[in-house]
This record gives sequence, structure tokens and C-alpha cells, in this order.
Amino acid sequence: MLADAWIYLLAHPAQFSLALGVHVALSASALVLAALISIPAGIAVARRSRLALAVVNAANVARTLPSLAVLALVMPLLGTGFAPALFALTLIALPPIVTHTLAGMRSVDADAVDAAVGMGMTRAAVLWRIELPLALPVIFAGLRTAAVQVISGAVLAAFIGGGGLGDFITAGIAMMAIPQLLVGAIPVSLLALGTDVLFGALQRRITARGLRTA
Amino acid sequence: MKWLLRNWTDVAYALWEHITISVTALTIAFALSLLIGIAAARRPRLYGTVMTLSGFLYTIPTLAFLAFLIPLVGLGRSNAIITMVAFSLMILIRSVATGIREVPADVIDAARGMGMNAKQILWRIELPLALPLIVAGLRVSAVTVISVTVVAAYVNAGGLGTLIFNGIASDHPAKIWTGALTACTLAISVDLLLAGLERRLQGRRIA
Repeated sequence: MLADAWIYLLAHPAQFSLALGVHVALSASALVLAALISIPAGIAVARRSRLALAVVNAANVARTLPSLAVLALVMPLLGTGFAPALFALTLIALPPIVTHTLAGMRSVDADAVDAAVGMGMTRAAVLWRIELPLALPVIFAGLRTAAVQVISGAVLAAFIGGGGLGDFITAGIAMMAIPQLLVGAIPVSLLALGTDVLFGALQRRITARGLRTA
Repeated sequence: MKWLLRNWTDVAYALWEHITISVTALTIAFALSLLIGIAAARRPRLYGTVMTLSGFLYTIPTLAFLAFLIPLVGLGRSNAIITMVAFSLMILIRSVATGIREVPADVIDAARGMGMNAKQILWRIELPLALPLIVAGLRVSAVTVISVTVVAAYVNAGGLGTLIFNGIASDHPAKIWTGALTACTLAISVDLLLAGLERRLQGRRIA
């Protein structure tokens, strides 16, 4: 079975590299877009506790929505293809990043901020040199969760014509062609696992030395 | 809306299927996780291994997991249920094990001093005190399972995803809307319901 999948892969190299490329591009751009929206937004509301609570509640509700439902809801509005899939995947990536950014900013020791202000640091300096470095590991945990979710979600983008490795899986299931199905399923699983491991390793590296537990 | 009114029996049936599949998967996953979680709670090495393995299962994309099972179990409901159980293990085992581990040592000492044996301590002290955390885990995995069930319609498991896929195939937006919004409503309601239960349990613990 694996040998057949390998033969299928060798017979369709261009199709495979295109699907892989689309999958990575779709996931990476959704993650970057969501980070560019969520991290500044999280920082902006972190100090306003009522607003922050509202954002966390909204994000927690948004987080429960099934990925496929979000993709399906976007389709009647924006049509099919790469852009609607990107839009839906960005929506899927927002809640974990925003909740982790807020949690990270709130986990910063108030004494550390007080000390920095006492040393005469400006608000911008406190943010960049104290709060963000201390909050970064938690924010990064959010990016890690979002990255894995987006890669999984991008598989479902095949249903709304977004392309990616999901195309092999859906076609394989539709025709009961196991080799074709595996050519989509194995690489996408490796992509998700690899991303998780990579982000985990990065997360440990960016944790300030004094905060490392192990 | 007109489509929904004309076809509400179909929608109700899909919703019913969705709930049955999700509840079946969650029950199996919970029973397994309770056994594994209890066993791993006080054994750090076993816990580490179990978390790595279940974390691995959790990271594999849903549709890929369903696809991997096709050569083994074919299409249909059993495929979907196995996928969902595999998906829920990490969250559930972690909540059971963490809940048990967070029971204060002096409470267990006191129970032992009163002459309770290990089994009594587990059932009458550790599990009741771990309950709020276990419910929190159940809440997250219930939402995950509902989400996976939507996708599982593609391998003929039934449920609300069927409406979405039929709607996409026949270019019928009303079907897509109905399926997707009903699935979202189901996920949100289950989340709120279990969040309420969680709060009540936590309140009881403090009182």
C-alpha cells in the first residue's frame, strides 16, 4: 500500500509539489495574518480589564466553532478558491492567538513593570523590553496551537476549492483510491507534526533564561 | 429559511445523528481516559509516554486521520468514532491525571489515617476532588468531537456535515447555511452547558 502510494507520488510530481506549495502558502499566510491582527489587538486590550474579558469571551465562543462550518459559511458569501479559504483559516487562527496574547500579558509580574517604571523607562520601553519578552513564551504557545489548527483546517479547504494536500485525500476517498489518499494524508500529517515540534523547540529557545523550567 | 421549514425533519434527523455519534465517541474516550488517567496520575514516566503518544494522535489533521482508517475499517460510523476517540484522549487523560495529582497530599494522608484503603481513597477522595478539572476536560473534548463529527460526514458517518457536503455538491447555499449554523449552535450550547456545570462544581468545592 505504501509502495503504491510512493509510485503514485512519483507519477505525479508536479501535481504533488503544487498541492504542497499551496498548502504551506495557505497555512503560513493565514497564520501570519492572524498574528498581525491578534497580537497587537491582544496587547491593546490587555490593560483594559473589561474589554479584555469581552475579547476573551468572544474568542472562547469563536474557538468552539467547527472549522468545516466556518469554511462552509464563507463559501456562499465569498465563493470558492484560495482567497475565501485564506479568509476562513485566518478566522480560525485568531482565537487561540488572541487568548494567549492576553494571558501572556497578564502573566507579567506587576512588580517587574513597577520596577521598570521606577527606573524611568517609558511606556514603549516597558512594553518592548519588559512585558513582551516575558509574555512571549505564552504568545508563542498560542501561535503553535493556531499553526497546527490552520494546517488541519487547510486540509478541509479542499472542500471549498482552496487547493492543498486535501485535494488528494478528497479525491482518494471519492474514488476509493487508497494510494492517492495516502499521498495527501501522510505528508499533511508529517507537516502538522513537524510544525508542532518546530514551534515547541522555538518556544523553549525564546523563553528568557530565568523563566526556563527544564 | 424556507428550505429549513420545508425540510426540518431532515435537519432534525441529521442533528440527532450528530449528537448520537458524538456522545458514543465521548463515552468510549472518557472510559478509556479514566482508566489511563488514574494509572498515569502518580507515575510520571508513564504519564510522559502517554502524553507524547496521545499528543501525536491529537496533532494529525482530522481528515487525514479519517483517511488513514479507510484501508483498515472502511467508510462509515466506526471509522468516525475511532478518529474521535483518538482525538479526545490527550485532553481527557490530562484532565483526569492533573485533577488527581492536584489533590492535596494532607487530604490523602488524613484519609489514610482514617483507615481508608487505596480504592476508597480513589473513589471517595481523589475522583470527587478532581471532578471540576475532569469536567473542564470533558468540555473541551466535547466541542472537539462535535467539530470532528462535521468532517466525518465525508466518510459517510452521517450527521450535520451531510447537509454541508450535499449543499456544496449541489450548489445549494440554504443547505450549507443550515448545516453549518446548526453545527455551530450545537457546539456553542454544549460548551456553555458544560461551562455552567464546571462553575457549579468549583463553587461546591470552595464552599
